[in-house]
Amino acid sequence: MSLIEITEVKKRFGDNEVLKGINIDVDPGEVIAIIGKSGSGKSTLLRCVNGLETIDEGSISVAGAQLLPDELHLKALRLKVGMIFQQFNLFPHLTAGRNVMLSQMVVKKTPKAEAEAMAKRMLERVGLGHKFDAYPDELSGGQQQRVAIARALAMQPIALLCDEITSALDPELVSEVLAVVKELASEGMTLIMVTHEMRFARDVCSRVVFMHQGRVHEIGPPEEVFAHPRTPELRQFLGVTH
Amino acid sequence: MSDFTTWDILRNLLLAARWTVLLSLVSFVGGGLVGAALLFLCIGRSRAGQAFVKAYVELFQGTPLLMQLFLAFFGLGLFGIDVPAWLAAGVALILWTAAFLSEIWRGCVESIAKGQWEASSSLGMGYIQQMRHVILPQALRIAVPPTVGFSVQVVKGTALTSIIGFVELSKAGTMVTNATFEPFTVYGFVALIYFCLCWPLSRSSQILERKLNVAHRNH
Repeated sequence: MSLIEITEVKKRFGDNEVLKGINIDVDPGEVIAIIGKSGSGKSTLLRCVNGLETIDEGSISVAGAQLLPDELHLKALRLKVGMIFQQFNLFPHLTAGRNVMLSQMVVKKTPKAEAEAMAKRMLERVGLGHKFDAYPDELSGGQQQRVAIARALAMQPIALLCDEITSALDPELVSEVLAVVKELASEGMTLIMVTHEMRFARDVCSRVVFMHQGRVHEIGPPEEVFAHPRTPELRQFLGVTH
Repeated sequence: MSDFTTWDILRNLLLAARWTVLLSLVSFVGGGLVGAALLFLCIGRSRAGQAFVKAYVELFQGTPLLMQLFLAFFGLGLFGIDVPAWLAAGVALILWTAAFLSEIWRGCVESIAKGQWEASSSLGMGYIQQMRHVILPQALRIAVPPTVGFSVQVVKGTALTSIIGFVELSKAGTMVTNATFEPFTVYGFVALIYFCLCWPLSRSSQILERKLNVAHRNH
């Protein structure tokens, strides 16, 4: 059975239909890259999976948790999928360690000592164990993003959604974040990532989804999608001439 | 010529200034409490609450404080309720302060980046938890300088209560002038005392702004 089931999802902003019936099923352990031009609906789709946007039609479920617009269902869903953002969105008034501890203590009511131990482990896992007491503004962009990953992991989600997580980073910081993601992938974490890192998508992902004008235009394993694009839109997007 | 020494004038003004200070404190603290209640109504999810706060704020920001004082003082009198000047002054200033503070604080809450809401949502936090642990701690830090800055307006606002007969610094100035016929000296002192009250406040607002900006951890 699929872990994440996205069925006939439609989403409108006013008159503008940004998702026109999306169907994607994601198996446990799969790493999905969503690529496409800006405005193709890829970020919106990701945000729908986490309930940050409501959907107008269709259904989304993650490991049995349905996307429904009330706080109880949303919470159940969000405990299963973590999300990482382009702008990191760390809590600036808390240290890295506290950032990772907060939601465990507040949402899961984990005792402080336990949450702290978990925070240390997760920061260690992203290579930032020594930055436990640093505030976000004392960290580089790449480090902040890794803290954000640790923060999401501490909630022990089944899947992670990554929304252009390297797009706001200086080029030399991209690789440290991607290395962490790659490691998560190799450990079997289910990932859906909207990305512009084509090489990374090719190397790490099990499937690539090309979105165009609110639809899944092409989907398949990376070797196929990148080497033999079937549609002119994908060819143009990939910059393949002829 | 005059039977009053400069010290006589100053002493009487300083005695009256106690009431200015007291009225300022009462207005600020009371206004802060009412303002906080309004803030929570306004950022809460009840539509009716939001509409009420909007109307309240527009009413108090859209009319002069002087009119509010008149209405509090004379308005209740129409219903046969005898309102002493100090009560009318206190109530009007509290309500007026609350309107402005709730508006200042609402701005602070709304200035918190949308990403903070989204990140805390995606971690499974509910509305109250987000407010309590993520939004308000950040908003509070931003709110300190404008709040302290506004307290200067409250101190100066108390001067208007002299019109309904509350004897604070301004009223005392008028009374002392009537006795001494030395308006320039008297009002000079009055202005000086107001300045001594207000300057440290606006100064500390500036200092806080600088200090908290440095410490304001954004990105």
